[in-house]
Amino acid sequence: MAVVFKKTNMLTDKPFHYCPGCTHGIIHRLVAEVLEELGIGETAIGVAPVGCAVFAYDYFNCDMMEAAHGRAPAVATGAKRVHPDKAVFTYQGDGDLASIGAAEIVHAATRGEKITVIFVNNAIYGMTGGQMAPTTLPGQVTTTSPYGRDTNHCGFPVHVSEMLSTLNGPAYIERVSVHDVPNIKKAKAAIKKAFTLQMEGKGFTMVEVISSCPTNWGKTPKEALEWVKSDMLPAYPLGVYKDITAGGDE
Amino acid sequence: MKGNEAIAEAAIQAGCRFFFGYPITPQNQIPEYMSKRMPQVGGCFLQSESEVAAINMVYGAGGAGARVMTSSSSPGISLKQEGISYIVGAEVPCVIVNMVRGGPGLGSIQPAQSDYYQSTRGGGHGDYRMPVLAPGSVQEAVTLTQDAFDLADRYRTPVMVLGDGLIGQMMEPVDMEQASNRQPAADLQEKTWAATGHKPTQEAPRAIINSLYIDPVVLEQHCMKLQAKYDAIEAAECRWQEEMVDDAEIVIVAYGTTARIARSAMRKCREKGIKVGMIRPITLWPFPNAAIRATLKTAKKFLCVEMSTGQMVDDVRLAVEGQRPVEFYGRTGGMVPTVGEIVEKLEGMAGEPSAVEQLINQTTAALDQAATAAQETFAGFGSKIDAKVNDPAFIEKTEAFKQKTGELADKAFDGLAKGATLLGEIGSKAFGALSDLIGGNKNQNNNKEGNE
Amino acid sequence: MEKQFLIAGFGGQGVLLIGQLIAKAAMREEYEVSWMPSYGPEMRGGEANCAVVISDEEIGSPLVTEPPVLVAMNRPSLAKFMPKMAPGGILLYNASLIEDVELRDDVTVIPVPCNQIAEELGNQRTANMVMLGAVLGATQFVSADSLKETLREWLGEKRAAMLDINWQAIERGQALNA
Repeated sequence: MAVVFKKTNMLTDKPFHYCPGCTHGIIHRLVAEVLEELGIGETAIGVAPVGCAVFAYDYFNCDMMEAAHGRAPAVATGAKRVHPDKAVFTYQGDGDLASIGAAEIVHAATRGEKITVIFVNNAIYGMTGGQMAPTTLPGQVTTTSPYGRDTNHCGFPVHVSEMLSTLNGPAYIERVSVHDVPNIKKAKAAIKKAFTLQMEGKGFTMVEVISSCPTNWGKTPKEALEWVKSDMLPAYPLGVYKDITAGGDE
Repeated sequence: MKGNEAIAEAAIQAGCRFFFGYPITPQNQIPEYMSKRMPQVGGCFLQSESEVAAINMVYGAGGAGARVMTSSSSPGISLKQEGISYIVGAEVPCVIVNMVRGGPGLGSIQPAQSDYYQSTRGGGHGDYRMPVLAPGSVQEAVTLTQDAFDLADRYRTPVMVLGDGLIGQMMEPVDMEQASNRQPAADLQEKTWAATGHKPTQEAPRAIINSLYIDPVVLEQHCMKLQAKYDAIEAAECRWQEEMVDDAEIVIVAYGTTARIARSAMRKCREKGIKVGMIRPITLWPFPNAAIRATLKTAKKFLCVEMSTGQMVDDVRLAVEGQRPVEFYGRTGGMVPTVGEIVEKLEGMAGEPSAVEQLINQTTAALDQAATAAQETFAGFGSKIDAKVNDPAFIEKTEAFKQKTGELADKAFDGLAKGATLLGEIGSKAFGALSDLIGGNKNQNNNKEGNE
Repeated sequence: MEKQFLIAGFGGQGVLLIGQLIAKAAMREEYEVSWMPSYGPEMRGGEANCAVVISDEEIGSPLVTEPPVLVAMNRPSLAKFMPKMAPGGILLYNASLIEDVELRDDVTVIPVPCNQIAEELGNQRTANMVMLGAVLGATQFVSADSLKETLREWLGEKRAAMLDINWQAIERGQALNA
């Protein structure tokens, strides 16, 4: 019988704990496939965050570290400095990366730390039950912004890719989405490029992946993907924000 | 070398090749030195954006199998506590230096020992302990820093070197030759558990550096495993220094630079005839309980001296188990106790018996003086005897001499008699006290039986 | 035998160096030594001081709270530390910068015109060496040879040419109360 689909070896057999319709599973698979395809997976070192992906160390089939909330880029820095020839990546959500870990991500980026950051932005704190995140959209209802995010009261969403692209340290920053198949393909290409540039020692690389959270958004999986398109993408435009190799390729 | 620099070099000589830190007084010479030296030895110094980031870089590097160190001072160490707790949970070996300064809050930048609780009780959240080494000299700081790396690797635990501004800033001669190129202890195993980015094998399966055990049953098992490790550390790694405790009636317990000041006070008191000894804990955790209890044979009182409002004194009291009074003398906020202050405190504690002892000492001194004077006169007389034996004045002089020695002998006799009377009095007092004590003990025993 | 020194003055007057050379010279004669500087913001241009202890046994406190030997290079440090001196101690003060001051009568007072002598030698920067020489003369904490070797070692090859002028300054200081 012909094999039409084979799960990548870079994921363990442990079933995901993610909610139905959550795109973490897709993003995990993309990262794992890229690690395998580039032949760097077996010796990779991943760093898991605190947030929905807190158990990422159970899923990625490589050496993994579990970091304190927000500190994954610092932990990855430590690991990468010890093993500069290994692929080192963090997998972080928006609360972890853009709120409590804002300092760590900015400084890892500006140092040009040769790691790859997979930044999953779903505009909400998922694991703790749907509170307002630094990336929550203006007007968006969460459990801690029950009247909608009031920018007069609690400010504006953080645009991490835009912000970090102003720094000199990053080699590559792209924002992608996984709400449909063409975008999933684009996302995988971006992740592949990020890891490739990391292994070439070009500098800090990050792929921001716009994700959905049907459970905490109070939507069905399908509605959630539509909301990504209608509300998230206008606020978080997709595209390459930084690419020091650009020019020849495009 | 300055204490801070010596610690940094000692770490490098012990194979530490990764240092992550953030500037804070009074430990800045450590990162400064590291920034200069690490590139020379193919290591990595990185100034992090915060202490929080630094300790997490340590977590990453230690988890990846390297010998790694960070250093800071009190407020920075507070920031690191979260990371330390994770490091403990994930059993990552590393060395943390705390050059303690006055607190709370930003406090001062002067030396203090007010982080004793924080260091010995864990400091961060969760059920854990951490070996804490407290050097009393720059030389010892070198040794302990190097030992810390072995301890850390042996038990897969963070180890804290707890100094203070004095140890950090002080310059003392150091024998770096002994410390040079120090090899890891022979018993240390290869770090097959580390996330080195290795292909999994039977012996070294996929590494997971983690402190999350969502199932409480599993977490309890993990905590019990940690506890077993702490029991092993307590059994094997406790260190202390004893000085003049064999006959000590007052035992000082002090660590770090405070122990040096206390040592000077102890010597001064010994000169005054007060029997003072000292136990200097070198490991603050594990705490030298047995060593302190061993001094109960002679010790009537204990004095804990600290640069804090009294933290280690709790441990001394726990060690003594209520069998003797434990007093405290301390300065805090960056103030350093003086030798004179400690002597005064010890004299106060010595109280009544020391006054008697002083009288005896005075009597003995008077006797010595009398004897010396007599001897000198004899000697002077002897050398002149040949020349003057026929001198007409000779007889007159010997008469005068007889008279003088006679007076001295009388004085000496008086002194002896006084001393004897006093000794008699002390004896009867002691006898009285002893019978009281025996009576009291009986009562205690009765009570105990009653409770049972 | 234990000797304690407290050396105080303005930052930049070389007071820390006086202390270091005392400690290093004593180390050369195989004494136990400790050198403890004041540290913190006051090091920047303000008052600086260091405590040196040399001893033939393990040193207890590295701090000198009742100095038996006080070196005061300027007026504020004299005012600050003279009252703390042990009776019978030795007070050496920089007489070029400190005049008309009431001195204690229960200590041996040695005025040292550091800057004046340094100027006579044609090098103002040797003022601290004049004081170091005076300390040597007054306390004999090591032999002159040990101090000279220490100075030679400290200057190193690059500054070997500076040995003569610095040693002259030390000898002038030493001569004040040898």
